[in-house]
Amino acid sequence: MPLVGAVVLGVATSLLVVGQAVLLGRVIASAFPGGQDLGEVSGELWILVAVVGARALCAFGFETSGRLGARRVVGELRASLTAKMLEKRPAGLRGQRAGELVTNAVQGLSSLEAYFARYLPQLVLAVLVPVVILIYVFPRNLAAGTILLVTLPIIPLFMILIGLAARTATERRWRTLSLLSAHFLDAVKGLQTLKANDRAQRQVETLRETGEQYRKQTMVTLRIAFLSSLVLELAAMMGTALVAAAVAIQLINGGLGFSTALAVLLLAPELYLPVRMVGQQFHASTDGLTAANECFEVLDTPAAVSAPAVPLSSPDPRIGPLLLENVSFAYEGRGEAVLKAIDLKLSPGEQLALVGPSGQGKSTVASLILRLLNPQSGRILCNGVDLLEVDPKEWRQHLAWVPQRPTLFSATLAENIRLGRPEADQAALLAACADAGLEQLIGSMPQGLETRLGEGQRTLSAGETQRVALARAFLRDAPLVILDEPTAHLDAESSAAIGEAITRLSQSRSVLLIVHRPALAAAADRIITLREGLVVDRQAQR
Amino acid sequence: MSAAPAPSPQADRWGALIRAARLVSPRRGQLIFSIVLGAGAILAAVGLLAVAGVLISKAALRPEILTLTIFTVGVRGLAMARAILRYCERLVSHDLAFRVLADLRVRFFERLIPLVPEGLRGIRSGDVLSRFVGDVDTLQDLYLRALGPPLIGILAIVVLAAAVAIMLPAAAVVLVAAMLIAGLLLPALAARAGRRSGLREAPARAQLSAELVELVSGAAELAVYGREQQWAQRIEMADAELAATERPGAWISGVTSGAGVAVGGVAMVAVAAIGVQATAAGQLDGVLLAGIVFLTIGAFEAVVGLPDAAQRLTACAQAAARLESVTEAPIPVSDPPAPVPVPSDGSLSFEDVSVRFEGREQAALSCVSATLAPGSRIALVGASGAGKTTLASCAVRFLDPNSGRVTLGGVDIRELSQDALRSAVRLVSQEAYLFTTTIAQNVRLAAPEASDEQITAALARAGLGAWIGSLPEGAETLVGEDGTEVSGGQRGRIALARGFIAPSQVVILDEPTANLDAAGARELLSAIGSERSDRRAMMVITHTVDGLEEFDEIIVLEAGAVAERGTWGELIAAEGALARLSAAA
Repeated sequence: MPLVGAVVLGVATSLLVVGQAVLLGRVIASAFPGGQDLGEVSGELWILVAVVGARALCAFGFETSGRLGARRVVGELRASLTAKMLEKRPAGLRGQRAGELVTNAVQGLSSLEAYFARYLPQLVLAVLVPVVILIYVFPRNLAAGTILLVTLPIIPLFMILIGLAARTATERRWRTLSLLSAHFLDAVKGLQTLKANDRAQRQVETLRETGEQYRKQTMVTLRIAFLSSLVLELAAMMGTALVAAAVAIQLINGGLGFSTALAVLLLAPELYLPVRMVGQQFHASTDGLTAANECFEVLDTPAAVSAPAVPLSSPDPRIGPLLLENVSFAYEGRGEAVLKAIDLKLSPGEQLALVGPSGQGKSTVASLILRLLNPQSGRILCNGVDLLEVDPKEWRQHLAWVPQRPTLFSATLAENIRLGRPEADQAALLAACADAGLEQLIGSMPQGLETRLGEGQRTLSAGETQRVALARAFLRDAPLVILDEPTAHLDAESSAAIGEAITRLSQSRSVLLIVHRPALAAAADRIITLREGLVVDRQAQR
Repeated sequence: MSAAPAPSPQADRWGALIRAARLVSPRRGQLIFSIVLGAGAILAAVGLLAVAGVLISKAALRPEILTLTIFTVGVRGLAMARAILRYCERLVSHDLAFRVLADLRVRFFERLIPLVPEGLRGIRSGDVLSRFVGDVDTLQDLYLRALGPPLIGILAIVVLAAAVAIMLPAAAVVLVAAMLIAGLLLPALAARAGRRSGLREAPARAQLSAELVELVSGAAELAVYGREQQWAQRIEMADAELAATERPGAWISGVTSGAGVAVGGVAMVAVAAIGVQATAAGQLDGVLLAGIVFLTIGAFEAVVGLPDAAQRLTACAQAAARLESVTEAPIPVSDPPAPVPVPSDGSLSFEDVSVRFEGREQAALSCVSATLAPGSRIALVGASGAGKTTLASCAVRFLDPNSGRVTLGGVDIRELSQDALRSAVRLVSQEAYLFTTTIAQNVRLAAPEASDEQITAALARAGLGAWIGSLPEGAETLVGEDGTEVSGGQRGRIALARGFIAPSQVVILDEPTANLDAAGARELLSAIGSERSDRRAMMVITHTVDGLEEFDEIIVLEAGAVAERGTWGELIAAEGALARLSAAA
């Protein structure tokens, strides 16, 4: 649809270009050596003004429609990206730097405007304008037409060369820019640590050196990339110079009228201009295209979790046991499996503690049960139903989760706690806060539960964040609760308090407690020890 | 969602831009060189058209072909010059842009240094990202795309106007007027029209960025709690907000580019009319008529980049103002004018230290005293929020106490240079950051001179020996972005290894046991308590108390005040707070 508009505008522009040159040639020729004065050419001058106005309208149309169209595409891409993160890869994109991804989705995609508003229209003009001009020139002056026809292909030829060189150059430039951004962000985020280690000044040097290195590398590529555009420019300029000479000779020989000669000369640069602009705009639009490609790469990553086409209704962990049978899992790009054919059973109402050193797959078990990841082999069953046959969203409604590093969203404290149950009433909210030991914190905040968290607002310590996540879980009131190191950041006294709350919470629920502190594991019905992806010990406590 | 930073007043924005431009002013020579090259390239192209017009006009009079040779050669020479000048200009200006980007990163990083951590409380990481990556990247355009084109344009216009004025003064007036309209008036109108949406655009962009950062880190929780829909909508709204601020820009740039074409065309018609009149009146040699008209057509190359440059200039000004709004935060601590050398051997003493944070009713610390003698071990114990970390921050001057003082070897640490102090007193923070590099490099941060063996030893002392041994690449393994490829416990121990390897008199470890299991925590603390091979003093901040038996003093903080202090034996016997904490573990 936008292409049709561009073609219409392009045809109009081409005709106007030729019309303008012909009219201007006539005006000049009628004054010299024709000898006419202003009054006699005023009609042509007014037509010329109309032609100019029409060209202006076309320029406006190209720019505005292109930019508005680009914005629509960018919005759709961002929405797909969000959906992908939330629906298909909720456990994250391994190996993808968060900073890079966000820079790309926000700044990178914005450069797509250049593609739609500048590059596409120029491409249309680059095809149409030369054709129309050559149709005018050839019957009138064979030599000039031949010069134009011969020099013109040099431009696309070198443009392809530029395109190839510039594409790699731009891709490299974009990657290095992203990398430098990530490096800069790394330094900014770690500045406190750098300062504490008296290394902040050294980091300044590193930033300088990295920038310098990047400049040198990029300049080497650019020196070659720009060389093609030098040849291109030379072809266009020399073409015009040769046309001038050819036309001059034909004029002297009497084979051509003066006004036509002027029109042909005027059309020479007009012929090359759109073709050259394509190259320039291509250069400018590759940033956007590269960013778009990176987005497509993310969109093309396989889903980490899938929903069946015809889902069974979700089993209820209150009724039947949760079973892991022979479950294995390996993260992409990491050789060894984190879980190697483990078996695990969690009966309704049971408190199961999963212990073991860090990095042994405990959190992966949580992600599998939460259906953030599909197991690569083996089955996860609840009440005899394979969870792969169930819509993950429906299954998750039975779950509550306290992750190791909970995220606080920029919203009020109450909204953050209501994450898992937005409709909860104030009484339930306060009860959950009490259970999680948040009362003191709420009391210390100026607007209590309505205090906003996030940018420029109140920030919470690790321990406070942990309590908010616990309150979320309490409020969720789900039959199966997964607690991943709920007391990792709390002091012994608060841990003990939380421990009691967890015991309260567990009375009518199934709990999977991932923990390395024995005080908490001791309260569990059973303890299972994971080491190197294997269950090494099972121990019933009661 | 949250309030965007209030837009700074107009004058302030341009002031910020000028200050930002000054940051990179040592590059002025290169800028001038690239401007001369750029103007030369434009003049060559315009000259080519004008000379070609004269050439044809002469040919129309049917002279001897040989008399035209000088023109045909001139036309070709100009064609050649144009291509070469343009090539050089692009190389020089791109090189300049890269240098400027590196300069800006360095300068703004240098400004952040004194502000961290206390001066930057409450700035979201997504926002820092958006600001310091986006805004610094925007400023990189300052010379290449915002200041370069107008300066090149001005130089070219002056030369062209002078050339036309010699032949036909009236045409020169039209030409200059048209170029001023296209080059100054239109961009000014466009900037004025785009100002309001432009002001809203950057905060909207920052907001979208921050929302996406949150999404990337919180996607799993949103999925588990079934809030995907709402958050997708939230992002969609942020994007729609951004789109709304960008839409006026699309119309404005459309109108600007249409108007630019119109002005150029009208100027061409006007110069043609003046030229025809002058030729008829005999005031202009007819041979020059075509040349002047062609020159007018070509001249607008000098101003085509200007509307874009104006928009970029505005964007640069806003970016500069936003950068300043961060870097202008009051510097929480500063170096003394004449720093005293650090005493080489002496106690670190907290004398009646009190701290109160702005906006909080309760004091974070009230009148806390403690002395850390060479070779001693002190534990600072207490619930989260008791003020332990605040006390540690005072020891390295991340913040200064509101009253009381901290001394090292009897010298008030405010009389030392901050760098020297932090070399002597090393804080291993609870939020220790892992850089995107290898484990070994992350440890070496604390002691750049350390050998590989020393690093391996420090990692082993931090309890990572077996783990490092099991990694195929050992200590050369990468930790991933922000340390995401290592577990919480490993992260803490890598940071701990920094503390062990640091060549400093005093080491303060903030929660070294946060992510360790009870046995690991106990083992670590008792190792610290019993290993006394040198005169280095250590203060450990901890909430797990098992393993503190051999510490010289245990200080229990409650709500910012010392609740009790003494050796393990004394405090257990007293059956106070420590005894309760010990029993709870």
